[in-house]
Amino acid sequence: MQRVIMSGDEAVARGAWEAGVSVAAAYPGTPSTEILENISLYKDEIYCTWANNEKTATEIAIGASIGGVRALAAMKHVGMNVASDPIFSAAYTGVNAGLLIVSADDPGCHSSQNEQDNRLYAPHAKLGMLEPSDSQECKEFTKAAFELGEKFDLVMLLRMTTRVCHSKSVVELGERAGAPPVAYTSKPEKYAMLPVNARKRHVAVEQNLNRLKEYAYSSPLNRVEDNGSSIGVISSGISYMHAKEAFGDSVNYLKLGITYPISDRLVREFAAGLEKVYIIEEGEGYLESYVKALGIPCTGKEMLGCQGELDAHKIRQAFGLEAEPEIYEAGINAPPRPPVLCAGCPHRGFYYAMSVRKDKIIAVGDIGCYSLGVNAPFYGFDIGICMGSGFSIPIGLSKAAKLQGDKRKVFGILGDSTFYHSGFTSLLDAVHTCADVCLCVLDNSITAMTGHQENAGTQKDLMGYEVPAIDIVQMIYSTGIDKSRVKIVDPIDQEQMGAAIDEALETEGIFVIVAKRPCALLKEVIKANRGARCVIDQDKCRGCKACMKIACPAMAFENKKAIIADPASCTGCELCAQMCKFDAISRVEGGR
Amino acid sequence: MTKSILMTGVGGQGIILTAKILAEALVGCGYDVKMSEIHGMSQRGGTVNTQLKYGDRVYAPNIGLGEADIILAFEKAEALRALPYLKKGGRIVMDTREIYSMPVLLGQSEYPHDAHRVLNNVTGNVTLVPAGQIAEEMGNIKVQNICLLGALARLLELENIDWEALITRFVPAKLAELNISAFKRGYNQDYAL
Repeated sequence: MQRVIMSGDEAVARGAWEAGVSVAAAYPGTPSTEILENISLYKDEIYCTWANNEKTATEIAIGASIGGVRALAAMKHVGMNVASDPIFSAAYTGVNAGLLIVSADDPGCHSSQNEQDNRLYAPHAKLGMLEPSDSQECKEFTKAAFELGEKFDLVMLLRMTTRVCHSKSVVELGERAGAPPVAYTSKPEKYAMLPVNARKRHVAVEQNLNRLKEYAYSSPLNRVEDNGSSIGVISSGISYMHAKEAFGDSVNYLKLGITYPISDRLVREFAAGLEKVYIIEEGEGYLESYVKALGIPCTGKEMLGCQGELDAHKIRQAFGLEAEPEIYEAGINAPPRPPVLCAGCPHRGFYYAMSVRKDKIIAVGDIGCYSLGVNAPFYGFDIGICMGSGFSIPIGLSKAAKLQGDKRKVFGILGDSTFYHSGFTSLLDAVHTCADVCLCVLDNSITAMTGHQENAGTQKDLMGYEVPAIDIVQMIYSTGIDKSRVKIVDPIDQEQMGAAIDEALETEGIFVIVAKRPCALLKEVIKANRGARCVIDQDKCRGCKACMKIACPAMAFENKKAIIADPASCTGCELCAQMCKFDAISRVEGGR
Repeated sequence: MTKSILMTGVGGQGIILTAKILAEALVGCGYDVKMSEIHGMSQRGGTVNTQLKYGDRVYAPNIGLGEADIILAFEKAEALRALPYLKKGGRIVMDTREIYSMPVLLGQSEYPHDAHRVLNNVTGNVTLVPAGQIAEEMGNIKVQNICLLGALARLLELENIDWEALITRFVPAKLAELNISAFKRGYNQDYAL
């Protein structure tokens, strides 16, 4: 059998292919994005698509499952909040062909706005849940999820975390199994969740979960490792690996692969005769609450806490297995290195123009590359909560400001992908209620932050096929907003950009700015800019540092002069040139 | 026993690719291998860490404080930042290339130009590989990573690995030859410090 090294995300994609999945949908979000990117490698056998948000992705998968083919929807943890509406009710209907929801959680907030533990969704939404610990299990559990979901008529959840998604380990490859379509038949009593049917399906899903619970007792997805110890560890997912690293073979293990429903009998038999039971889990005390409810004394969260990523070191410390490790100390610190807007990034022009008018503005941000505008030197916004909120929080905030006599205009900021995701519905609220806000779409023609995924505005889809692009400006006009209240500008052009913001500030009521310029890292843009860069005439430069205010990572200030320190990353956007009062900066073509 | 290597540098330096090639080489040697990377926000000029562990059986994919046998640093300040992860007696293999972060460019933070000397004073076990300089001499700064991989490959004393074939598999075809030369320069470099 072929052994390859794969990330957990790649292995889920491989597992989906081996399981005979026919339809897959997702909205990109770290650390889940690579699942669909890798499924697209199998586009001849799996139809795959970037949906506009996690709810529509899930509904596309639900439709395929009820239609009779195996389907998958993948998302990051916060995406599951968006998708939870269809998930809670699809759980009642159960499946025709298998349906798998993949949730990629992000303990430690490596690239997320919270650390929510989506294991709690499984009992709440009534989903069967599997938790893989490494890439091999990602593949095997993906396949098992389809078999179990179909056997017990349950929607299944594969719950991963960043360290499972983005860690690479060895996987043995298998072949694509035939999963012949199950005929679609009209069964409104099963699939149309009106009250009369939903009441009955609630009974059915509880029965089906009980059947899965009985199966879990003898399932090979759960495993007991008896090392003859009087201490037992119950764990799952990546936490099991950390526990193995910390305790080695000095304790017994109950490694749970099926973490909802949990087999009571399995847990009781494991705990019987043990002196101590430790629950090793990252995030919430999910397993611990369950084990305690069975009346089994155990220890976990009071030692480990629920914040941040777990690792072997934390476990060793918490359970007194070692003294603090010896660590070298240099006596000096490395300077911080926060992520920044790239050289040539169109967002820089927007944020600079806004920053020089800051005293007249309160700004609300959103989730995307442009979130980085919150940092120095722009301090571009004060509030950032979730996808789409950048256009709706301003509505309420502007009311609060007005009530307190605050004359500043509230600005909302989000990107093209976020606009399609959920920003448009917020725009409808703002236009319909005549809100006194300025809403800005920073349209860089791609879902950039997660690594350039196609969206409704691109002319290609995930599979590389030509598709109609949906025009954001036409969507804005479709609300009936007066066209004089909509400005489309190039954010790098400070004259245009500044004029648009000034007009918004002078206009009472709703105003919309579309700051449109493609991401500097797009292949077509790189190609178009090849050889172009800025040069600074060192004789003309007076060292006034005006150009440093744009915080471009391609620039530096040395020997009292500004220089282009990294010409390879400079795109020649000329934002710096617009800052210079001494005409020292110019763009050259055909350089390098 | 498992061996732990922490690779650190700045987004865009090709750290993840370097770790990928090494991971493939180690799988080819029959080791159990785990590699953990954090990406997402860090692509935008932030710190990038890739952690690689190999041995008979590897459990956790990540490296804790004081656990790395080797730190391979692609950038000077990042070598300093990674120091708490070094095991006592562990080795730092580093480039002295300096990439200024935004707080340094804005004059809010000092860049630690002397970090390599400080690290050597503290650990007594720093190997300098001028990979950035070599790559620039070769006309393409992007091969810095493969040059560092060459230095690491010699240090790990791995045998029976066809590095040239592996590198060719992972880099663009037209850059394969240049990368292989960079690897050899790294492998054969006489180290300072």
